[in-house]
Amino acid sequence: MKIAVCLRRVPDTTAKIVIAGSGTVIDETGVKFVPNPYDEYAIEAALSLKEKAGGGETVVVALGGDAVQETMRTALAMGIDRGVHLHGTPSPDGLENARVLAEHLRGAGYDVMLFGKFAVDDCGQQTGAMVAELLELPCATAVTKLDIAAGRATVEREVEGGIEQAACALPAVFTCDKGLNNPRLPSLKGIMAAKKKPLEVTPVAPGAGSVTVAALALPPERAAGRIVGEGAAAVPALMQLLTTEAKVI
Amino acid sequence: MAGSAEYTGVDFYDVDGLLSEEERAVRDTVRSWVDEQLMPVIGECYIEGRFPRQLIPGMAELGLFGANLPEEYGCAGLNNVAYGLIMQELERGDSGIRSFASVQGALVMYPIFTFGSDEQKKHWLPRLAAGTDIGCFGLTEPDFGSNPGGMITTARETADGWLLNGVKMWITNGSQATVAIIWAKTGDINDVNSIRGFIVPASTPGYTGKDQKGKLSLRASDTSEIHLQDVHLPKNAILPKSGGIKSPLMCLTQARYGIAWGAVGAAMACYDEARRYAISRIMFGKPIGQTQIQQQRLADMLTEVTKAQLLVLQLGRLKDQGKATPARVSLAKRNNVSAACDIAREARRLLGANGILVEYHSMRHLANLESVYTYEGTHDMHSLILGQEITGLGAF
Amino acid sequence: MANVLAVLEVRNAVLRKGAAELLAAARRIADASGGTVDALICSVGPVSGSDGLGAAGADRVLTAQHAVFANYCPDGMAATVATLTNAYRAVVVAATATGKDLAPRIAARIGAPCAMDVTVVDSRGESIRVVRPVYAGKALQTVDLAGTAVVAVRPGAYAAVPAGKAGTPAVVTVPAFTKRLDVTGIRTSDKAALDVAEARVVISGGRGLGDPKHFALLEELAAAFGGEAAVGASRAVVDAGWAEHGAQVGQTGKTVSPELYIAVGISGAIQHLAGMRTAKVIVAINRDKDAPIFKIADYGIVGDLFEVVPALTAAVRVAKAH
Ligand SMILES: Cc1cc2nc3c(=O)[nH]c(=O)nc-3n(C[C@H](O)[C@H](O)[C@H](O)COP(=O)(O)OP(=O)(O)OC[C@H]3O[C@@H](n4cnc5c(N)ncnc54)[C@H](O)[C@@H]3O)c2cc1C
Repeated sequence: MKIAVCLRRVPDTTAKIVIAGSGTVIDETGVKFVPNPYDEYAIEAALSLKEKAGGGETVVVALGGDAVQETMRTALAMGIDRGVHLHGTPSPDGLENARVLAEHLRGAGYDVMLFGKFAVDDCGQQTGAMVAELLELPCATAVTKLDIAAGRATVEREVEGGIEQAACALPAVFTCDKGLNNPRLPSLKGIMAAKKKPLEVTPVAPGAGSVTVAALALPPERAAGRIVGEGAAAVPALMQLLTTEAKVI
Repeated sequence: MAGSAEYTGVDFYDVDGLLSEEERAVRDTVRSWVDEQLMPVIGECYIEGRFPRQLIPGMAELGLFGANLPEEYGCAGLNNVAYGLIMQELERGDSGIRSFASVQGALVMYPIFTFGSDEQKKHWLPRLAAGTDIGCFGLTEPDFGSNPGGMITTARETADGWLLNGVKMWITNGSQATVAIIWAKTGDINDVNSIRGFIVPASTPGYTGKDQKGKLSLRASDTSEIHLQDVHLPKNAILPKSGGIKSPLMCLTQARYGIAWGAVGAAMACYDEARRYAISRIMFGKPIGQTQIQQQRLADMLTEVTKAQLLVLQLGRLKDQGKATPARVSLAKRNNVSAACDIAREARRLLGANGILVEYHSMRHLANLESVYTYEGTHDMHSLILGQEITGLGAF
Repeated sequence: MANVLAVLEVRNAVLRKGAAELLAAARRIADASGGTVDALICSVGPVSGSDGLGAAGADRVLTAQHAVFANYCPDGMAATVATLTNAYRAVVVAATATGKDLAPRIAARIGAPCAMDVTVVDSRGESIRVVRPVYAGKALQTVDLAGTAVVAVRPGAYAAVPAGKAGTPAVVTVPAFTKRLDVTGIRTSDKAALDVAEARVVISGGRGLGDPKHFALLEELAAAFGGEAAVGASRAVVDAGWAEHGAQVGQTGKTVSPELYIAVGISGAIQHLAGMRTAKVIVAINRDKDAPIFKIADYGIVGDLFEVVPALTAAVRVAKAH
């Protein structure tokens, strides 16, 4: 089984967001970058699918500048076999990035292509499904369960009020949600081995697309609230506020 | 509560920029492991006075044991800075966990690697790296601490091997170890040059390990007494290349190197906790961090953390070049552990009453660091080592 | 003129809630330029709950009927929408699990940009301008989408507005398509009767509950709200296995914008705040008066949750009974 994991480099979720002077992107100074947390579920899924199949190849594919290689090596350290770095600047239009990824994945013989459910930076939530459409392949998004047997996949995904179940033939595209698995940590030996694994660099140029970021701003601070009181004795006062002032009950 | 906000380390001088990508990756892996596996259980283990044994397989799988030893023995083959960062991150969690890893790697695997035969290395190192065997290091005796050369444990050569007798005390991992490195005199009781190391499986008749109770420090680590009563060992139990008090001291230099890094981790944890608390705790209508006294406290802590970080990093680079002399290691152990003790104490004080609770970490670190201050050469002993280095005059 | 197509969601021949809110968002784009709004329903047959769509803002109600729509069929829906999009400047869907699955598929098929989880929509000259939370709510991005755009609007972002449109029925043909993904059904998980992302009221529990069994207290409070409240959880307790991941509110869980959010025993780690700061009203109940949650809560009660929550449950019951 040949499996691709598409990986994105994002600021650590604990990072404090500061808007850069341009007013459209964040200031990256001092920000620690990590693999997108949802992509780690995809990496783990790839590794465990390969382990279960008892063979095959796992490949990490990432679009971005030089710095993305460090993120890719985390995937290699976790156990992914090799990397393909699509060297270029991602477009603000997710479709353009999906086109670049689809172009690379097309005809490369992958049985399974994995993505994270979304990237925690721009929260675009679209790349995986778009790639599938462009490749005319089956796709299930935000899967919390993924079983593969005899060339078919059965999946589960959370929808409002339940768990949706679906199935499809391979090759197929899946985007991975929390709950799918517990990503392993890269072992120290894995970290040492990662730098010896093949990492191929291909220059790409995503199109400008139809999206322009007009502004990036911090959300308005919520007005400081108030402590209504202490203990159960404060409940009547709270109810009063919720019904008359806030009018939510 | 203390653990609610994620720990992101302390790096005021962009020391990260001095680390390689792999070194940072190693550090991040161990940090995540500590967050996920150790932090949720450490408070409970500490209160109950119990080492979290269940974590051993996971530590082994990550490759935390003997991580700077070569890959051919199942180790990770890291450089000494990466190794130091492992110790730093483990001790950010708890000195007891770092002690466990120090003993396994620097005091058990290192002597087998350095003084052992090929056969011993091939047999023991992979098992110790995999955590299927747990080791301990028996040097200190009830009456010989700072002066281990005075030891009275003996190893007498017999027709078919060795006969060991004696008592070791304060032995980390002693009760749960499956194998002990025991140092004993093979010759005259006054002859420090007759000290040799032995690999003693804990299952050998006459060997007993029992935990020392009543510790108020390093409670999440087992510290034990080992009795050796007519312990018969085969001829090949001796570490063939060990010879004299110099051999166990070489092991201690390895372990002290890791301790110098570990202390930085504990200090970072305390500083981080104090900083967060200072910002969020409101007293007299403003955060306590907005008072000059607490700001000075934090400034002192950050200064000492930063100095300690730079000290061990350069020591690590020297060690990778074969230039980390015992005296250089002594300076780092002495300075960093002492600084960490001060930082932990100040952090605990800044936290007020909350500072004495196990939910916060500073008091646990403070109590732990008192052991670290004493073991692996007390602070005073390192003063004497440095004093001798400076003056050429021994004052022991 | 910006005509808008609102693709509605159907489950078991019932229109999902949120259709009127989505139409309100669609009208905002359309009305700025005198455009029209069409609602599209993909179903097997008649759909209950679809009568009021004209009143809620649909000029026309298009129905595309096909046996394959017994379950969600992304391939069939995307193919159907793709045949229609020439007439529209924007396709809007609700940013639910289903809507978020569908939107990028439509966008890729028609070569359009796609914006997810949008909280503000506007038409701006030749573009559609949207605002969306990024960095998990730690920043807001304003984006202009040129040409036809696919926009997933976050539930709760817009309130339904009576519009008195005709809602003229029209039939749409489902084109030939390949069903690549076969959705076989939905297993209702008994716990998540109402999803935190959909509920008008969300009551979340954190470590302060002390034990997973104390979630029962929150369930009771939710029940007092009579079916409009869901129980959520902080990451710490989900990681500890006290609650299902589907209930997690925060950066690696769900981002919710309910009218009322009650945080019980949650200290308020930044990752959690990112997931609920857009709630209309936030109430915090916590023993620690210094807990960061109080900084963003509109109303706070300092105290033992085991006393406060039952008292609140009783008070809500009384209020609801009137
Ligand atoms: C938790 C813990 C774990 C340990 N683990 C191990 C282990 O795994 N293996 C092992 O072999 N040992 C271990 N030790 C033992 C440790 O190394 C010794 O405790 C240490 O060497 C000090 O010896 P001592 O306790 O006998 O103190 P002493 O040597 O009696 O020292 C007492 C005091 O006298 C001072 N002092 C001693 N000599 C001089 C001098 N010449 N001039 C001035 N001051 C002096 C010391 O600095 C100290 O303040 C451990 C100890 C602890 C507390």
